[in-house]
Amino acid sequence: MNRFRLLWRKSLNVVMLTLTGVAALAVVSVLFLILGYLIWNGGKSLNWNFFTQLPAPVGETGGGMANAIVGSMKLLLMAAVIGLPIGLMGGIYLAEFGGKAFSFAVRYTADLLNGVPSIVMGMFVNLLVVVPMKGFTTVAGGIALGIMAIPITLRSSEEFLRSVPVNMREASLALGASKWRTIASVVLPAAKGGIITGMLLALARVAGETAPLLFTAFGNQFWSPGWKQPTAALPLVVYTYAISAYPDWHRQAWAGGLVLLALVLMANIGTRLVLSRGGAARSV
Amino acid sequence: MGSHATAVERAPSPWAGRTLLRRLAEGDAVAHTVTLIFAASIILITSLLVYQLWISSAYSRKTFGWHFWFSRVWDPVFEHFGALPFIYGTLVTSAIALIIAIPLGLAAAIFLAELAPRKISDSISFLIDLLAAVPSVIYGLLGIFVVVPLMRTIIGPALKSALGFLPIFAGPNYGLGLLTAGIVLSIMVVPFIISVSREVLLTVPREQREAALALGATRWESTWKVVVPYARAGIMGSVFLSLARALGETMAVTMVIGNAALIGTSLFSPGDTIASMLANQYSEATGRLYLSALIELGLVLFLITFILNGAARLLILTTERGGGRPA
Amino acid sequence: MVSASEGNNAIGAKLAPKVPAKAASGALSKDMPLRFQISGLDFFYGPKQAVFNLNLNIPTNRITALIGPSGCGKSTFLRTLNRMNDTIRNTRWSGNVLLDGQDITKMDVVGLRRRVGMVFQRPNPFPKSIYDNVAYGLRVNGHAGRLSDLVEHSLHRAALWDEVKDYLHKSALALSGGQQQRLCIARALAVDPEVLLLDEPCSALDPVTTAKIEELMFQLKDSCTIAIVTHNMQQAARASDFTAFMLDGKLIEYNDTPKLFTTPADPRTEAYITGRFG
Repeated sequence: MNRFRLLWRKSLNVVMLTLTGVAALAVVSVLFLILGYLIWNGGKSLNWNFFTQLPAPVGETGGGMANAIVGSMKLLLMAAVIGLPIGLMGGIYLAEFGGKAFSFAVRYTADLLNGVPSIVMGMFVNLLVVVPMKGFTTVAGGIALGIMAIPITLRSSEEFLRSVPVNMREASLALGASKWRTIASVVLPAAKGGIITGMLLALARVAGETAPLLFTAFGNQFWSPGWKQPTAALPLVVYTYAISAYPDWHRQAWAGGLVLLALVLMANIGTRLVLSRGGAARSV
Repeated sequence: MGSHATAVERAPSPWAGRTLLRRLAEGDAVAHTVTLIFAASIILITSLLVYQLWISSAYSRKTFGWHFWFSRVWDPVFEHFGALPFIYGTLVTSAIALIIAIPLGLAAAIFLAELAPRKISDSISFLIDLLAAVPSVIYGLLGIFVVVPLMRTIIGPALKSALGFLPIFAGPNYGLGLLTAGIVLSIMVVPFIISVSREVLLTVPREQREAALALGATRWESTWKVVVPYARAGIMGSVFLSLARALGETMAVTMVIGNAALIGTSLFSPGDTIASMLANQYSEATGRLYLSALIELGLVLFLITFILNGAARLLILTTERGGGRPA
Repeated sequence: MVSASEGNNAIGAKLAPKVPAKAASGALSKDMPLRFQISGLDFFYGPKQAVFNLNLNIPTNRITALIGPSGCGKSTFLRTLNRMNDTIRNTRWSGNVLLDGQDITKMDVVGLRRRVGMVFQRPNPFPKSIYDNVAYGLRVNGHAGRLSDLVEHSLHRAALWDEVKDYLHKSALALSGGQQQRLCIARALAVDPEVLLLDEPCSALDPVTTAKIEELMFQLKDSCTIAIVTHNMQQAARASDFTAFMLDGKLIEYNDTPKLFTTPADPRTEAYITGRFG
């Protein structure tokens, strides 16, 4: 009886442990599956036209996503201008100046902001900006993405600023530097690697967001001059084309998806590599 | 070289002068104020968001009151709005997602935290983090062109032939629907369960495992019966976090769920979640009441994810503190 | 380069607390000019008192050593002199600290720190070039004019110039530990301080580098008052003019270094320097 039980336990051990490995493998393979499908279906549609031409009229084949690519870049630029300074300055405040209660409130609200579903963010900016401006605009889209970029930038800025050793700050103060001078000339340069990568990650995250753009930037078949018109964006176009009934648009949706994923993954992988190398060098 | 050669001729100090020093002191105050304003703006934006949602939903809240949450009627033409179909859709798809993702994610997390050598564990974790960074619309793309046909041709018929007598697998299967949305959601949610659970499992002190093994437990037994229960709170936290994520997912869901304000008993039937219907209907909403009803739904979605996220963070902190490592 | 009067200065040698005759220093006397005058100093970390009623004078252009077991308050005391403890929350102190007769709490703290420099236990160069490290204090204090000359001068004073003169624009982090510490000394000297506070500057360094830095101190003291906290009694014995022994936050004894080490007045001092505790 005892021997049987032992055998059962041992076999169960092997089976369960193998299953966990299988599970991990399954999850990882999904990533490669996604990449594979995108490359297979989208790769063949990536040509010069894709990057330089406007969409063809509905139903016709051909055309490209030039306006979506440019639109996304404009939106990201705006998101950077709005979200990154707030995140960085807020991070400096939390790491260098903050009082206990107020800092807690700031961090808490930033986490709250981070958890807002992206569609609700789109609704908020719609009510706040699109309605008064009486129309969908690039500005509104940029604001929505900018707000979404704040919490990530804030958290990473604060973290990297805090990681600068107290030792170094004291050295600067002991030389007669004022606090702000210490921050500007010693702390920020020391933390800049981490801060910049945090910003890049924030931008990579908002670059792929579609929901907040649905009611703010809205989309545009043509070029969007200036900032006060609706604009196409890469994720928006992928969405619209994917749910459409036209096979040619489906083909282009794959291509657009591939470009979008490539950019997001490159940003993520790139920043991760820089961070790990920078971390080793910083431990002097 | 005598000591005098290295003595410094003390030059007249170029920095006597209070004006310079006063300027420096003021610089500190300015920096403090400027950064404080930026930090405060975060609180301002968030408050503005809650406020805006609150007042814009006032009309609907006043008109429908609590019935809003129990009525199944969603009729924009006659302006009868009831949220029950969307709550149903949200609950069902999230439940499916969690039923799939929790065992899968926990198993993978156990593998990564307990079994895999550190380097492999780190590399695989990195790849899984990349999965978390994939934009929703891309999951939707794969959902439409890969999962939906799969559902229609393979998974659906298989389920029907095996379990077709169950009401949840009755009815026509077009590929789109609650089950498909649930499956797509599960893939999107699994990386979060894995990454948080893995971290939480790693904080469980070695002594716990070793105590179990010393008593003659197998590796699996020590993991399942000692380590995992120890990290129970944190794992729960990861589930809450993933649930919050799932609730807010919009694009992938709206692309595969079929977009119908129905409460279908079959998992193959189309439906809508709160997020997916907002994506569809918000830009076409006409009429104050319609818009207000949609905003009320957005407000509630926000509140639910807020509560879930808060609970998640508390739970994760509990395990980390209990594990003896400062949170 | 060692001058004749300091001939038996130990460079990596005699470790017994035998004290060489130092002709250049004078004994503690009433007429000695004093850079710092501290009276009635009490220091608190929150509710815990770390320094009790300290009365001490730091003579000008001499080297004063502070010795005592870990936690006796010597570093805390040192950091009070340039108000570095102001940066730590929940601290307070009372008493009188006068720099050249002026109350340091009534001075502008930035100006105080320019006049009273500090070198820390672990070398902490900025992640900048060697040149920029030394020039930092000058730039920050608004110094106009030829920085290069001053940078070179400071590096000479720190006995580092010959080793780095061709690499001024390399990162300071590429230097060895001993070189980094000398760079920190150069950096502190660049702003021409009247006082240099050294908080266990050699504790992370090897004996040869330590000897170099002690030699530096000799050469500097003619132009700069030096106060050094050290764990190393032999260092205090061979390198300083005056020594103060602290225990549990109180000043136990303060005297000319030779007198303190050969004929200590207090039995606790004797117990410490003979190694019976601490």
